Amino acid sequence: MLCENCNKKPATVHLTKILNEKKAEHHLCEQCATQQEGVYFDTSYSINNFLTGLLDSIQDSPIKIDYIQTTKCDKCGMNYGKFKQLARLGCSQCYNAFQEKLGPLVKRIQGNEIHVGKIPRKAGGAILTKKEIKSLKVRLDEAIRKEDFEHAVLLRDEIRELESKLGD
Amino acid sequence: MTAMTKWINEVGPQNDIIISSRIRLARNIRDYPFPIALIKSKSKEIIKEVSDSVISGCEILKNEFLLQEMEFLNPLDRQVLMEKHLISPNLISNADKAAVMMNGDESISIMINEEDHIRIQCLLPGLQLDEAWSMADKVDDLLEERISYAFDEQLGYLTSCLTNVGTGIRASVMVHLPALTMTGYINRILQAANQIGLAVRGIYGEGTEFAGNVFQISNQLTLGRSELDIIGNLKDVSRQIIQKERDARATLIENSKLQLEDKVCRSYGILANARILTSQEAMKLLSDVRLGIDMGIINGIKCKNLNQIMIMTQPAFLQKLANKALSTNERDTRRASLVREKLGSE
Ligand SMILES: [Zn+2]
Ligand SMILES: [Zn+2]
Repeated sequence: MLCENCNKKPATVHLTKILNEKKAEHHLCEQCATQQEGVYFDTSYSINNFLTGLLDSIQDSPIKIDYIQTTKCDKCGMNYGKFKQLARLGCSQCYNAFQEKLGPLVKRIQGNEIHVGKIPRKAGGAILTKKEIKSLKVRLDEAIRKEDFEHAVLLRDEIRELESKLGD
Repeated sequence: MTAMTKWINEVGPQNDIIISSRIRLARNIRDYPFPIALIKSKSKEIIKEVSDSVISGCEILKNEFLLQEMEFLNPLDRQVLMEKHLISPNLISNADKAAVMMNGDESISIMINEEDHIRIQCLLPGLQLDEAWSMADKVDDLLEERISYAFDEQLGYLTSCLTNVGTGIRASVMVHLPALTMTGYINRILQAANQIGLAVRGIYGEGTEFAGNVFQISNQLTLGRSELDIIGNLKDVSRQIIQKERDARATLIENSKLQLEDKVCRSYGILANARILTSQEAMKLLSDVRLGIDMGIINGIKCKNLNQIMIMTQPAFLQKLANKALSTNERDTRRASLVREKLGSE
């Protein structure tokens, strides 16, 4: 495949841009891709890039520049390109914003994906409460299905109480 | 100035090989951006929130902890804190937003707005990883009474860098391994440590040179293992390294007693008489003398605690003692006279 911009060099960079829910694919040579306005293209290999550079090597899929460009943390404004540069996340919300990419990266760096160890009492309590709410909701559905409304009301109240506790 | 620092002045278990044990916990507050994305006014809110929770959380700690905001501390004092291993270089480069809280014997330092909002550090002499963990754990609980941590069910404690996520723990020991270095086994030991997920780096000196034969060994992974596993692993390795160093010391005595004594006593001779000492040379010679004292080759000198000399001969510390800025040459002269005085006969 030739670069759609210059039609001379082979296309090595494949972009998928999603704009207004419309998907557009672009196939460019490296040179044209770098010249594209606003396209982040990492050419340096500084130590800071090392950790995040790992990421590109684990994925065989073509480099998805659009991800770097468009994925941004709503809370702190950090985008994925900036994270790649700094190798530091901007806030705890970044973990959700970049979830798709961070998953494999965490696995690669840490060799694990699930925390084992200390759970803070406050945040930890909330985790336990959430689990309880989940299981109560399952029981509530069951009660409704069986038309056991008396029981369902009790379960609903219990869920409400736990949820208000979480809200504090 | 080192008088109150516990790890420098007191003796701990296995102190002839393990100089100190450290536990560091990385924590962040849920609703603030991490320090890298933090504006100054917000950073002050965090300093207040953390110090309030230390001070109001516990009557005993109230009077024991001192808050120091980095921007109000002069650069020399910041440097001294770093040379005493109480704060990190990163805290200094964030000086306009950062602070530290320390207790009386400086065994606990809480760094605020380092790479993460909170870095709890407990530092004790000798091999005391469990003790340091138990202290850090308590401080952590205390802070959590008022602070809501950024914590994820799957990933654990959320940190700015992915190398700390999960437990946020960095456990480390500072070890003095002269005999393993002299006998050439050190590289094999360091490689083995590396292979089981421990990081090893030199403490003093630049680049690949391990000046003073002092190394820091720490866990690299923080996710998917409990704090106790991580600490247990490091403790096991520390014990094995202690044994190997003891073996190497015994081998040296057995095979080359005279050469060892000669080396140690020459180094002592230079330290006790030199008029000019670079930092690099001092570290190297102090390592020999420390070994000599530990092995009973050198007796009867005034200062048995070489940790003090090790810290007091650092650049900022010398300037603090002199109460003025010193050029490199002046420092080398002052360093030599300080060492002469400390290593003089009883
Ligand atoms: Zn092209
Ligand atoms: Zn963010």
